[in-house]
Amino acid sequence: MPKTDLFQDSPPPPSSGAEPTSGAGAESTSGAATTPGGRPQGRRPGLPNRRSRDDSARGTVAKIVLLGLVDALAVYVLMMLFLSQSWGALAVSSAVVLAINWIYLRKGGLPAKYLAPGVLFLLVFQVFVVLFSGYIAFTNYGDGHNSTKDDAIAAIQLTAQKRVPDSPAYKAAVLTKGSDFYLLFTDPDGKASIGSTGTPLQEVPDAGTDSTGKANSVDGYRTLNFQEIVANQQEILAITVPVSDDPADGTLRTADGSNAYEFKPALTYDAAADTFTDTDTGTVYRDNGKGAFADSNGETLTTGWKIDVGMENFARAFTDPSLRGPLLGVILWTFTFAVTSVGLTFALGLFLAVTFNREDLRGKKVYRILMILPYAFPAFLSGLVWSGILNPQFGWLNQTLLGGATIGWLTDPFLAKISVLVVNLWLGFPYMFLVCTGALQSLPTELDEAARMDGAGPWRVFRSIKLPLLLVSIAPLLISSFAFNFNNFNVIYMLTGGGPRFGDTDRDIGATDILITLVYKVAFGQGTGRDYGLASALAIIIFIIVATVSAISFKQTKALEDVNS
Amino acid sequence: MKVQNTLTSGTSRRVFTAGALSVVAALALSACGGASATAPATATAKQDLKSAGAGTITMWVDAERSPALKDITAKFQADTGIEVKLVVKDFAAVRDDFITQVPTGKGPDLIVGPHDWVGKFVQNGVIAPIELGDKSSSFQDSSIKAMTFNGSVYGVPYAIENIALLRNTDLVAESAATMDEVVANGKKAVADGKATFPFLVGMDPKQGDPYHLYPLQASMGSQVFGQAADGGYDPKQLLIGDAAGVEFAKKLVAWGDSGEKIINSNITGDIAKEKFLAGESPYFLTGPWNVPDVQKKGIKFAVDALPTAGDKPAQPFIGVNGFFISAKSANALATNEFVTNYLTSEDAQDSMYKAGGRPPALKSSFEKAASDPVVEAFGKIGATGVPMPAIPEMSAVWADWGATELALIKGQGDPAADWAKMASSIKAKIAG
Repeated sequence: MPKTDLFQDSPPPPSSGAEPTSGAGAESTSGAATTPGGRPQGRRPGLPNRRSRDDSARGTVAKIVLLGLVDALAVYVLMMLFLSQSWGALAVSSAVVLAINWIYLRKGGLPAKYLAPGVLFLLVFQVFVVLFSGYIAFTNYGDGHNSTKDDAIAAIQLTAQKRVPDSPAYKAAVLTKGSDFYLLFTDPDGKASIGSTGTPLQEVPDAGTDSTGKANSVDGYRTLNFQEIVANQQEILAITVPVSDDPADGTLRTADGSNAYEFKPALTYDAAADTFTDTDTGTVYRDNGKGAFADSNGETLTTGWKIDVGMENFARAFTDPSLRGPLLGVILWTFTFAVTSVGLTFALGLFLAVTFNREDLRGKKVYRILMILPYAFPAFLSGLVWSGILNPQFGWLNQTLLGGATIGWLTDPFLAKISVLVVNLWLGFPYMFLVCTGALQSLPTELDEAARMDGAGPWRVFRSIKLPLLLVSIAPLLISSFAFNFNNFNVIYMLTGGGPRFGDTDRDIGATDILITLVYKVAFGQGTGRDYGLASALAIIIFIIVATVSAISFKQTKALEDVNS
Repeated sequence: MKVQNTLTSGTSRRVFTAGALSVVAALALSACGGASATAPATATAKQDLKSAGAGTITMWVDAERSPALKDITAKFQADTGIEVKLVVKDFAAVRDDFITQVPTGKGPDLIVGPHDWVGKFVQNGVIAPIELGDKSSSFQDSSIKAMTFNGSVYGVPYAIENIALLRNTDLVAESAATMDEVVANGKKAVADGKATFPFLVGMDPKQGDPYHLYPLQASMGSQVFGQAADGGYDPKQLLIGDAAGVEFAKKLVAWGDSGEKIINSNITGDIAKEKFLAGESPYFLTGPWNVPDVQKKGIKFAVDALPTAGDKPAQPFIGVNGFFISAKSANALATNEFVTNYLTSEDAQDSMYKAGGRPPALKSSFEKAASDPVVEAFGKIGATGVPMPAIPEMSAVWADWGATELALIKGQGDPAADWAKMASSIKAKIAG
């Protein structure tokens, strides 16, 4: 029978335990297919009929076509990877393609078909990102240490080429003889000379010239047109014509195929010794083991490269004197900020939800829409608007509400913290209001009635019945809200930028900085360069904190559920 | 039927998702293939060139400047058969994306940006020097000086940008040479009831604004970095903390919230512009970017030279916009041809001026643009300016500099102590 398991009648066995819980929206389909009661829905097994056969044939065709399209695309990608010789990526991609085909072509294994997309999502967007930033944390990746050592050497050589002072500007033409390329130069006096990398400059008195007096042809050579020059540009750019037999006199090069200048490197690279030597002073620069070339005084050459530094970044996070002091304060404030934000928004959201849940309230819809408005603005925009509203002199709050008082809402360390919390409350309560309203409305009204029959007052009903039931469904959201606020970059960055600054550190860290804004400042440049390595190390520390807090809280939530089940 | 149909589409969606994911996975993984991918990319590009007889140059440009380049790229393509692909990018992302993507071999051949990016680019080895030869003399000296780093020119300049003092001629009729005169004129306008603020300059309430205040500081003889033998800035000579700087710090307190209230820490750039447009102040220290709105509003204004606070000239920082070539361009020769022989042309510079309104860097284009008196005035002031330091060490300066100035303007703290602390903090950052 050509029936495939794609059309298996009963839903997949409840596999929620095996599913990854984080991040991937794709699993929700499998979740939806499992009815709460576990009662299989759909056609009874063992009764084949015509319609199902038609459908399954159609389904098979659809499957083959779609899988074919996917495979065609995959083959293209694999070819590109092969051409670019990215062997690692090629191996992984081939494995992924094979796995996908195997999963969808074989019979049975329905859970795998549901899980495969989600797992892929998880691998690409979560596991890979986490592993990669984990890897960065053990390197010195950042400004000045951006690429490989080969790239750094090439960059140093490139920038070390200096035009010989007061040397003439030559016009150049590209000629070829056999398979070799030659450059034909015309100096400002109209004298023509030819040369190539191995053959020093020699005069050619009988060179043919064009209307501008530029020499463009020599007997026995063929002159290249611009298209040919471009097509062979790597060879032509590599031509260095020695000005004389003495290499110290410099070389002639062209960058655009039509002009040439005399260059002399300020530094020469010795590949065997792996050193750069300054041609003027003779100073020798060696690999200093820290991803840069340095001389004996520790002076480094400008471009360095990425190396592994082990635990150094983590050690720096706790020993760097400019970070160590503020870091503890920042961690404490981050917790205060996250916990207080969740607490305040939840309290206000719940209060409003309960208030607006009264059935006899008129104009409920209008109120609810008004409630949700702050949620509709992008948080970073609100942050900017609020920073204007809180301007000490021209802000609306001081001007209009406080009668022209000048209160430094964002410039006093304590008030700035309060302001951040209040603005975040304004931004965050609609979300809590929404969830609480939803949860409240899902509670059976009979409970309420029964409790009232037993003589409980409204407060008692709320505290002993509604709140515990609400918490079962809302507690996980509170935990995720904590994790969100722990990393609530927008509101801090747009409102105060982390300020006002601490006085006891060289770094630009201030009273309202939370860990994530601190990471941003480290990663994106305070000081002479960005330091992605240190930033990744700090990010990992944040991850560990959030993961620990979440794990503990989820355990507590389980206990909540047990009480109520 | 209905049920099965949903199932079918569900299936196809899943298959699709899986397919799309595998592609995403492959691409993501190939992105970390790293250096191995670069050399062969060159090889393939060359093959394409050989077969087609021409190649493509990729250029990152922002939406505002992209249209101005259309004509010159079309001319280049007509002459050489090489297409310049203008990839419109968000300006804010250009610098960092360039630094991260060039080493992978996937970056563009060419980008547009301000000269103070050069230091970061050289530090990361992502930019190639450009030899302009005799052409460099046809550009304004200051623009070539700005593009020069460690003795090599790294970009082709096209526009120069600097600040000047806008004066509302209805409120103050005569131009003033010194800051004291400006302050006196401004105060008189306020006393006469014609204005509310004697002087306006935008302040970032979080970071201060050292850029706008620099001409005043320079006029008191305080510079940020000293100059090395080759004329470039020398990160080892941090001059900002010297005695002249401390004098400037004292002036900031005198002008600030606890003194004469000339510079107000609560006036942001937006508020300053709003107040000037409303005719509430005779003076506005700002750049050419605010001029169109002032003209639109119909305010009668003059562009005055920057006032001096000390006995030295009030040199503003000049910012020079230009074109830069990637160190790993697979099409370096064609890119060089385009940059050195086409973007240096009068046509190209004219059209960049028409799009951006900033004084052109090419002398002949500037002369044409200077028929507009505003451009001429800004250009004249720019000619007296100094290039904003492009050395990477400059990024260690801004935060402390701004925060200290802000605190002094607010009247918090002691000028001498704060200024010295700022200098030592910057030194510590530079030392790493």
